[in-house]
Amino acid sequence: MTVDRVVVVGSSVAGVRAAQALRADGFAGELVVIGAESAAPYDKPPLSKHLLTGESTDADIGLVRADDELDLRLGMAATGLDAARKEVVLGDGQPVSYDALIIATGVRARTLPGADEKLVRPLRELRDAAALRARLTAGAPVVIIGGGFIGAEVAAAAAGAGCQVTVVEALPAPFSRVLGPDVGSLLTALHADHGVRVLTSATVASVDGLPGDGAVVRLADGRTLEAGTVVAGVGCVPNTEWLAASGLPLGDGVLTDERCAVRGAAGIYAIGDVARWYDREGGVTRRAEHWTNAVEQANLVAHQILRPEASRHHASVPYFWSDQYGVKIQMVGRVAAGDTVEVLRFATPAGDRNVALYSRAGQFTAAVTFGWPRGSVTARQAWQRGAGAADVLAALTKLSGGVIPVGLAARKGS
Amino acid sequence: MRIHADVGKCQGYGNCAGVDTEHFDLDDDGLVVVVRDTVAAGERDTVAEAVRSCPAEAIWLAGA
Repeated sequence: MTVDRVVVVGSSVAGVRAAQALRADGFAGELVVIGAESAAPYDKPPLSKHLLTGESTDADIGLVRADDELDLRLGMAATGLDAARKEVVLGDGQPVSYDALIIATGVRARTLPGADEKLVRPLRELRDAAALRARLTAGAPVVIIGGGFIGAEVAAAAAGAGCQVTVVEALPAPFSRVLGPDVGSLLTALHADHGVRVLTSATVASVDGLPGDGAVVRLADGRTLEAGTVVAGVGCVPNTEWLAASGLPLGDGVLTDERCAVRGAAGIYAIGDVARWYDREGGVTRRAEHWTNAVEQANLVAHQILRPEASRHHASVPYFWSDQYGVKIQMVGRVAAGDTVEVLRFATPAGDRNVALYSRAGQFTAAVTFGWPRGSVTARQAWQRGAGAADVLAALTKLSGGVIPVGLAARKGS
Repeated sequence: MRIHADVGKCQGYGNCAGVDTEHFDLDDDGLVVVVRDTVAAGERDTVAEAVRSCPAEAIWLAGA
């Protein structure tokens, strides 16, 4: 079948990069990109990082270039899909036909149960970031619910702006469930060093408005926190509602095979945060909310649409980064319950750097590096070649010049 | 075609070196190093993928 018209639903990083990859691979047909937001497509990670601190502007984070030749239909949500007729239905009832369809509708911020959305701000879209940035002024009390990466980055940006920041985290330490108590305490210490208060093992009972536009956050243990601004970073939900009647297989995302092709639907692909793909190596389905994953899947699908005979399966190295207080935190691999974690300090030419190395039965499973991008790349290459834990340690030691003992004994992750 | 890099834009994400170790590496400060700026015919796709994988748009291909 000839593909003359590709429709991308979602003006996200995944959607735009897929369209650009099609152009780069020589696709000369029509490329329609449908986006629910009216803003020109933009990059997402800066929303909680440089855009929030004011180091970047809206213009810096645009994704589309003039020579991409995209037919952008913005401010227009897709509301349905008729896979038999090969048509996407838009909010105004207008159908858009396709030869190949790429679903890249992403995720939206989860809301706090029972809390008023006007009081508890999400951070997912450009307008959220703009509204929040305006409120981060010196001395302003800010409460952040959720100590995940979004919460941690907002805390860092707010502290940098001179706000009085409190993070409310349900776990005993941020990330302790996934990354283990040692890494959790490194992250807690990073916050504390910058004057941010982290309340751990703390759950929110309610958030109520105060006269003016402040709020009071009540914790389950009876403590109360007054805030001018409350932000929640409590996870995300895939945007699949528009596909409810489409017959496509759904379940915490759009289900695809190992090549991001939607099962049982010829010519339909799902990529990025909304895609739950089959991981052939692991024998499980996975969904990832990371930039690099989205772009890798975008490349994969563009390739597959234009050159199906040469298609590959999605088998990338899991990778994401976070910027907090000027420290780049980079994670490679995947941690499972019971993995052994060891926190090491390496003496690099640029200074000492902490790295958490995870392993299972001698096999390297993941690495978290703090302010050492080169170490992260080395770990990523090791993961790719299926290296053992000793091999990664040797590679990082060689790269840095040496390990400094820090007296933290290896212990079980969780 | 040659590979160009703007070190001032580089943020040390390392995606380029994750995609293409023949052309890209990072230095001790976490900034991109173009190991070799020439692109052979068969390498074009991989280099283009590395370029698209840069969140900071710090690397690009240009020239004949």
